[in-house]
Formats: sequence, structure tokens, C-alpha cells
Amino acid sequence: MANLNDHMGRPIVAVTGIGVVTSLGVGKTDNWAALTSGKSGIHPITRFPVDHLNTRISGMVDFLASSSKGASPLTYELAELAGLEAVAEAGLDSSDFGGPLFLASPPVELDWAERFSLYNSDKDKDHTAAERLLRVARSLKELDIFETTQFGSIADRLADRLGTRGLPITLSTACASGATAIQLGVEAIRRGECDRALSIGADGSATAEALIRFSLLSALSTHNEIPEKASKPFSRDRDGFVLAEGSGALVLESLEAALARGATVLGILGGCGEKADDFHRTRSKPDASPAIAAVRAALADAGLGEDKIDYVNAHGTSTPENDKMEHLALSTVFGERISSMPVSSNKSMIGHTLSAAGAVEAAFSLMTMRESVIPPTINYDNPDPAIVLDVVPNKKRNAEVRTVLSNSFGFGGQNTCLVMAREPV
Amino acid sequence: MSSPRDVVITGIGLVSSLGEGPDAHWQKLVQPGLQPVLEAARFAPYTVHPLPEIDWNLQIAKRGDQRQMETWQRLGTYAAGLALDDAGIKGNDELCTTMDMVVAAGGGERDEAVDAAILAASESRNDRDVLLNEKLTTELRPTLFLAQLSNLLAGNISIVHKVTGSSRTFMGEEGAGVAAVETAAARIRSGQSTHILVGGAFQTEHSDMLLGYELAGYLHRGPWKPVWQRQDSQGGGVVSGSGAAFLVLEQREHATSRGRKIYAELGPVVSGRARRRQGELDAEIATLLKQVALPNGKLLAVSGASGAHVATTAEKAALDANPAIATRGFSTLTGHMKEAQFPFAVALAALAVDRKAAYPVFDAAAEKPFEGVPATVLATAIGYHQFEGMALVNAA
Repeated sequence: MANLNDHMGRPIVAVTGIGVVTSLGVGKTDNWAALTSGKSGIHPITRFPVDHLNTRISGMVDFLASSSKGASPLTYELAELAGLEAVAEAGLDSSDFGGPLFLASPPVELDWAERFSLYNSDKDKDHTAAERLLRVARSLKELDIFETTQFGSIADRLADRLGTRGLPITLSTACASGATAIQLGVEAIRRGECDRALSIGADGSATAEALIRFSLLSALSTHNEIPEKASKPFSRDRDGFVLAEGSGALVLESLEAALARGATVLGILGGCGEKADDFHRTRSKPDASPAIAAVRAALADAGLGEDKIDYVNAHGTSTPENDKMEHLALSTVFGERISSMPVSSNKSMIGHTLSAAGAVEAAFSLMTMRESVIPPTINYDNPDPAIVLDVVPNKKRNAEVRTVLSNSFGFGGQNTCLVMAREPV
Repeated sequence: MSSPRDVVITGIGLVSSLGEGPDAHWQKLVQPGLQPVLEAARFAPYTVHPLPEIDWNLQIAKRGDQRQMETWQRLGTYAAGLALDDAGIKGNDELCTTMDMVVAAGGGERDEAVDAAILAASESRNDRDVLLNEKLTTELRPTLFLAQLSNLLAGNISIVHKVTGSSRTFMGEEGAGVAAVETAAARIRSGQSTHILVGGAFQTEHSDMLLGYELAGYLHRGPWKPVWQRQDSQGGGVVSGSGAAFLVLEQREHATSRGRKIYAELGPVVSGRARRRQGELDAEIATLLKQVALPNGKLLAVSGASGAHVATTAEKAALDANPAIATRGFSTLTGHMKEAQFPFAVALAALAVDRKAAYPVFDAAAEKPFEGVPATVLATAIGYHQFEGMALVNAA
């Protein structure tokens, strides 16, 4: 009889379903094949004109029905696809999931296409732009545009589609959102509120305005010439992240419930840790103390010492600041051992999927353990001498991986780390 | 029977058109026949309840911090500071660095002038996508993005007030406020947390914030009316208001061990998602009323009803069906504050329990008197469009 409770007497949380969509494709099979062959999904932007833009590349998901329909429809489709894949793998009814939904998704706004069309359908020049929009708005007969502006609507539709229970939670912790969605699911199961939960991170918000906003903050790479080489975490010449889209979904289940229904256990979600940073809106505390605290909190929550982590799935955004700070955090926690521990960044291939990143990378972390293959950090041609790490450069590596630490750090002082294991520990 | 793991309320931070702080709100709200503060001209044909005068310096000491925010984030950060002060936590490093936080948020303000200029130019140009790039790259203030991001209200609270245990932002109108309070309470009850800052803010005095309702025709138009009496007027029934509500929720043992005043105990918090298009709202409200397990005897209800016709009618019918319930629709006096609505309802419920008195009727035509001491108060937020929640607030 397996031990069903963890070191703190709480129900052990198993993963029984995984779903993922990135610029590399839909589903685990295509994504894993591309990821382990070091293929990049970063490509020139074609969704909108790039005139006047300093960054003209991205990891957008351009091959879905909603890819050109705006941020809300695309985020929904991404979330639905990943959610359906995860629920199907778990062997559960895809229209009657029967547990709560935690959705990490980008903040929503009225799309410019709608703004232009509403404004220009009112020809009364005596009114201000705002008045014109409001006049047209109140005469609309359909709710479609309205729903793209409601922060809870994507989760509401998903709840209908997948048959999740109760009030779905939509959350944002910026670039840590996907990890937070998983953490909320883990906590709900540990509290005994449910036997299973569906955690999804989805982001289809790579609009021109989003790109420009990050660009104005000097956050994005401008290495446009060879798109697939632009994202180069831990390299000396890294110059920013590459904006991307995607989704990741996990079916989380108490180990007891999973075993009782004969489900295949794909991995264990052993620990979650977080710590907020009060230093700056976009920059991390120079001593990396909040990231260090988040890593240590995740290890403590999982009941594992530093020596028990086999691999780190890094946040690794390819911005000068993140990679330096993350190295400082990891070397502080893991000491000398960090130089020989594999630490790789999926973002070298898929870019930064923002609200989805924590969930996408948790999905890849679980697959890393199951397949005994570590995806590489590609574009590692010019190592940063100040960052001495085994980044699994350029080529995948076969390795037994029993445990993974996955980091997610975001604007607004958000730091969330997950510890996953192949087997209950 | 009290338990060491009860969730208790030890700090309240409020801002609305009526003023700021729990005392100011109590003083105003117990005045029989209090008239709302209204702004009917600036956004005509819509009426809003505007923010009062606020000296931001009182809670956000650095001008640099104030400049990094627009009004929505300032308002939330300010109200969070009021709650932390009220709970005796502000400035206490040990308590702040271990304090968890759940913020219910929408988005921040866009630059209306830039948007208007782009829209004006769109009248004479067909290459609208290029126009966007041209204008946005040159005219957007770079840091404005940070004033718009949903999770940066929490981020600013961390920076200004040093609350750094954890930081989570829930999005989704009233439902976000319900889930924030519900999750915070569950974390305390299960021992996952000892003290949590929870709340939200809404700044309605911006055309995009009105548009968020009006794209579905939810706003009331024409002369102002109390929240229960808008069914036969023009528009959809919602009159919005700027405001914020933050609560410090604490494990009872944690609060008593540091000798803090307890306003009230937070009892069951329940939430739901009726599939309203399938006509489930009435049944969902009835289910929630059953789940919170109303006590015997007469009961004061602090309702967050928005005025939205369908949802408000359904809520009123459900509450009126129980003759023991005397309802107070506070949106009559504050307007609808979206993500802040449920935390505001819980705060007003806690105040009534603490002061051992009910609020007088806010609308004599639709509400009935409540005599005596309210030992338990029901707080509700039935979303104007989706999601529902309730809580019971008990004497400390």
C-alpha cells in the first residue's frame, strides 16, 4: 500500500493528465519531438504589420482557428485544447470533469479591431471618442464583444465546456501565473476541498499593443535577423525575451483518488513555494533574496533537501537581468553543486509564454522525468562567463531525472516555484 | 463556539464616495435618509458615485510611488494601507513579511488621449494596423503598462506597504472578490496561513470602465434611483461607484495572541457559477442561502446587488421570500464597485456586528426596518453578469 500522505500529513497530489500547446505545435507528442530535437518555434510576425516596431519576431501560435481573432478568443482556444488533452489523458469525461478550475490568463481589454469598428460605426462628430464608443456599445445586440472584456468570461466558457465544478478562479501573477494556477489546485486538494482540480495556464495575448508595451520597457529581444536564434538564455549576448503564446494544463488529483480509480500517475506535484518582492515594479531585489526564499519554500513544502533536486527547469527568459538574478538565486540555494546540475530553459525554443509559462514548463518538467530526456537550452554559443551553469547546451541529454524544480518569476515582485517528482517521495 | 482556527477580521480599509475608513462609513451609513454623493454631469447620461478627496500622501509616502500608479492602483494601495493600519500591522516588519495577500483586480486605466487620437486618425486611414504601431510606439508612456497590469495593484502594495509573504491576484468582476475572500478564509482555516490581506478596488471615473458594463447595456441612464428601483428606467440598472475595500483576515489565535481588537468572525463563505442562460440563477441563489446555513431568527443582509435587472430581481425575490431577512442594498449609497463589491459587503457586515446595531433602511420603499442587535449578518454579491457569492459574518 503506497503512502498516500506527504511529510506533513497532507494528501499527496498526483498529476494524471497533461496538455500543452506552443508555437511548436498542438499536443505533447509534437511539442516533445520538437523540444528534444532543439527546434525553435520563434518566427517572423505575420499577424499584424511590423512597421515602426523594433521587435519583429515572436513565438505566436499562428495555426489555430482563433489565431487572428483577438486575444480573448485565442486564449480560450489555447486553454480549451490543453485542457481537453489533459482531461483525456487522465481518462476523465471531457464534458464533466467534476472538480474546480484554476485558470491563469492574461488581463483582458477591448481589442483595437473592435474599438475601431465601434467608433467608426457612429458618425456623430459632435461627441468625444469615449461618448461615441459608449453610444454604440449600448445598442449592441450581441454579447460577443462584451465578453471579450470581462475578466471572468474565458473561465466561465471553459467551465461550461469541461464541466468543472463551482466558481472558476481566473488569476494573474504576471509571468508566474501558470505556476500559481497549479499551486491553487494543489492547495485545494490538500485542504480536502476536492479530489481533483484542473489547472490551466493560457496566453494568446500577443497583440501589437502588448508587443509595443513590453518593447517600451526594453524587455524584448531585437535580434530579428535570425528569429530562431533570438532567445538565448544564459548567453553573454542575450538581449531580452521573445514574446510568445501557448498553454499548459495539468489534471491534479489526490494520489488516493487517482489510485482508487486506476489512473496512471504521471508524476507528483510535491511542493509549491512563493515569496513576493518589494524592491521594484519590474526589477528583482539585487540580492535575489525573494527568489531564493521562493525556491527554499518550495523545497521545504516538498520535504526535500537541496541535494535531492536532479534538474532545474529554469525561468530563463533571456533577459540580461532575469538570468543573472536566477543564477544568483540557484547558486545561493544549491551552492557548489549548481555548476554540475543540469539547468535548462525551454524558453530558448518556445519563447516566453507569459501567463502560460509556469504551466507549460511544468508540463515539460513532468515529461522530462517520464522520458528521462532533458530538453536543451539552444542558442548557447556564447556563454555568459558570469553565469557558470550546466545549461544542457544545444543538444538534449538522456538522464534519469527523479525530481525537478521549476521556477517562475514575474513583474510585480511575483516569485513562484514548483517541485515535481517522478514518484511519491 | 469559538475555535483557535476561526477566521476573524482585525482590519478594515474602506474608501467610497461617502469617505474613507470604517468610522466615517459607519457615521454616514447610520444617518436615516442619507443622500448619495452623485456625479451626474461628467459622464452623462450615466451617473457615477465619485471618489472623495483623498490625500494620497497619508498612505503612499513616496511621490515616486504615486507617480508610478494611476488612480485605480493608488486607490487600492491606499485602502490596503488603511486596513493594515487598522489591524496594527503596518510598519511591523515581521508581520508584513509573513503576510499573505489575495487581491481581486480588473485592469488599470488606459491613456484616453492617446486612444482618442488614434480613433480620430482612423476615420481617414485604412491602414489602421500601421496607424496603431505608429502612434503606440511614439505616444504611450512606457511605464503606463505597469499601471494597467492587473497584478501590479498587489505589486504596489508589496512595494509601498512591504507585504511580501505571498501575492496572488484574482480576476473576474464580483466573482474575483468572492473567490479572494473564500480562498483566504480557507487558507486560514486549514492552517496554510495565519494572516492575509484581501480586497480590491474599482475606479469607475474613466470611460473604459463604463464601457466594460455598457458593451452589454448594463448601465442605468437618466435620473438616479435607488438600486432596487431601476427596473422601469432606461438602461440596464447599474450605477457604478469608485471605491475600495480591504480586510485583514487573521487566525483567531494569531489575533488574540497579539492582543488585537476583533471586529467579527468570518463564518462560511460560499460561491457559485449559475449557468444563467439556462435559467439557473434563482436555484443557485437558493442553494447558496442554504449552504451558508442561515441562523434562526431575524437576519440583517448587506447586499451587494448591482442594480442589473435580471440579477437584482432574482436576488431581491430570494431574500424577500424569507420574512426573517431585512436587506440593505449598499449600492444605493456607494454605487457598484465591481471587484471590490464583495469585500465591501463583508466589511459593512463586520461593522454592524461590531457596533451591535443595524443600518437604517437605505431605501424606505424597498427595505424594511431591523430592530435589535445583529449577531450575524449575511453579505452577498450576485454578479451583474456572472458568478455569485455569500458569507455569514458573526459577532467576534
